[in-house]
Amino acid sequence: MIGMIVRRILQLTFLLLGISFLVFMSMHLAPGDPATVIGGPNATSSDLEAIRDKMGLDRPVLVQYFDYLGGILQGDFGYSYQTNQAVTEAIITRFPTTVKLAVASMVVAVLIGIIAGIISARKQNSWVDVTSTTFALVGVSIPNFWLGTILILIFSVNFQLLPVGGLNSPFYTFEGMKELILPAITLGTASAALIARMTRSSMLEVIRSDYIRTAKAKGVRKRPLIWVHTLKNAMIPVLTIIGINFGSLLGGTIVTEQVFAINGIGRLMIDAIAARDFPIVQGTVLLIAAIFVVVNLIVDIIYTLIDPRISYD
Amino acid sequence: MSNLLNVENLEIKFRTADGTLPAVRNISFSVDREETLCIVGESGSGKSITSLSIMGLLPSNGDITKGSIYLEDENLSGKKEDEMERLRGNKLSMIFQEPMTALNPVLTIGYQLREPLIIHKNMSKKEASQASVELLDKVGIPNPKEKLNQHPHELSGGMRQRVMIAMALACEPSLLIADEPTTALDVTIQAQILDLINDLQSEIGMGVIFVTHDMGVVAEIADRVMVMYGGEVIELADVETLFDNPLHPYTKGLLDSVPDVDDVSKEINAIKGSMPSLNEEIPGCRFHPRCPFAMDICKQKEPPTFEVTSTHYSKCWLQEVNQSEPSNTVTST
Repeated sequence: MIGMIVRRILQLTFLLLGISFLVFMSMHLAPGDPATVIGGPNATSSDLEAIRDKMGLDRPVLVQYFDYLGGILQGDFGYSYQTNQAVTEAIITRFPTTVKLAVASMVVAVLIGIIAGIISARKQNSWVDVTSTTFALVGVSIPNFWLGTILILIFSVNFQLLPVGGLNSPFYTFEGMKELILPAITLGTASAALIARMTRSSMLEVIRSDYIRTAKAKGVRKRPLIWVHTLKNAMIPVLTIIGINFGSLLGGTIVTEQVFAINGIGRLMIDAIAARDFPIVQGTVLLIAAIFVVVNLIVDIIYTLIDPRISYD
Repeated sequence: MSNLLNVENLEIKFRTADGTLPAVRNISFSVDREETLCIVGESGSGKSITSLSIMGLLPSNGDITKGSIYLEDENLSGKKEDEMERLRGNKLSMIFQEPMTALNPVLTIGYQLREPLIIHKNMSKKEASQASVELLDKVGIPNPKEKLNQHPHELSGGMRQRVMIAMALACEPSLLIADEPTTALDVTIQAQILDLINDLQSEIGMGVIFVTHDMGVVAEIADRVMVMYGGEVIELADVETLFDNPLHPYTKGLLDSVPDVDDVSKEINAIKGSMPSLNEEIPGCRFHPRCPFAMDICKQKEPPTFEVTSTHYSKCWLQEVNQSEPSNTVTST
């Protein structure tokens, strides 16, 4: 197990190296000049020249890349062209908001998804199953921006129950919870639908297995049959889906953050792309990649806790 | 009604896309305490379905449409699911064919063994663990205490089948149904498992229904044998009678298809053709298209079950011929 973790972290290092190269190059090859962003609309061409010289933007791209890499090794991910804020600092101030939103969405998704999936599987082809399947299909198909907007219209504008946007109060306060509800539902719906579908099919497969028949032959009652004998076995493919979803949610969610005016990683990145703020874009992309790998590593570790047959030694 | 198990006129049908299909057609048999009844037949003969119906574990599209199953004086076929739950694993137990998949891979041996004890005997976890160790010891598993914390994949097939037996016998059932429990095992392990079931049977005094298609196993373990074909019981006799004097051509065919070690030159006579499918309606005797002795009446009229002696029954028109004309012309060909 330890060997697996070390191996994965080494892989992660190479992966990040590759990603940093790709992102760096694609940013520099894309049209748009950061000097014009830094200099502002009134900068003269000699101003821009001075800026390029000062920032090293006139040097060959590869030299700039290795310069950037050298900085990273010392923990320096560069400074925002727009605000001159350190990239690490910009990310650290935004990241907790994204984590809060991601966790809340996953709680919604996992609770609704797994429970709906179990009920569907237990009452296969009943009206409950059909309803839940229909909702799942609708849930996956609805675009986030539309769902978010509709929710705001209904609950914030019409009934004025919940705030229109922002995610500023601590989550454990009443205000903070109220702020989280709509974005969490918006983001969690698609994941909930996926998890429900996966739980349903996985449960149905396990219910037909020999060992469930054995459990029935022992006289195991319905509840433990579902919650102990079936669910634990059925959770493995579901866990994979949860991992992938959680990983992408932690990387910030551009659309939902935009709709609800939430200052998370997603918004940081999209603003930076628009402004040609290379260091911020590079920093956030690297963060997202790292999170994805780490979350999947954690999922792989959880597998071993659920299924004793899985071992990495 | 002194028998342990009495099955009367049992009929089981399956609801399928092709309509309802009969899998078991009007069969009756009984099992006594301490008796081993072997149910023999090819795949699709209805032997597994019969045993699952006794457990109340028919697939969801299968129903008992006629007849009754009495365990002592309780009618199992009319019981609700929660009443069956109380009997299963308690008075009524089952071992399955495939030990590799019959145990839950994510739960420890200990958890799975304790379960019937906690459910049916109201034991505490500690008492159940203690009892589990004794059970594992009884079925011949070395280091039983350690095994409690292991998972099924850490055990060999033979060991897993022993665990299955320990689980099935945890509450000392009055009836044990074993559905081909040795088919997936090596021959040496097979003999050990058969011995084990035999020993435990006399110790607990339970009745055993042993489902198999292996005539060698039948010879070793059975008191009485019930031969099934196409959802019907076609011959029922005690084991000596059946091997010495099989009456139904199908039974003869089954016995002829067993290789003989003493006489290697003996040719194996396989039964020609294959088992009819469930939806195939065959007029007369269901075996007649494959029967070397088929007569005109076999194609027209379903044979009744002839009582040859008080312990030997055969569902074949040849018995009528034999009974009316004692000259044994038919069987000599």
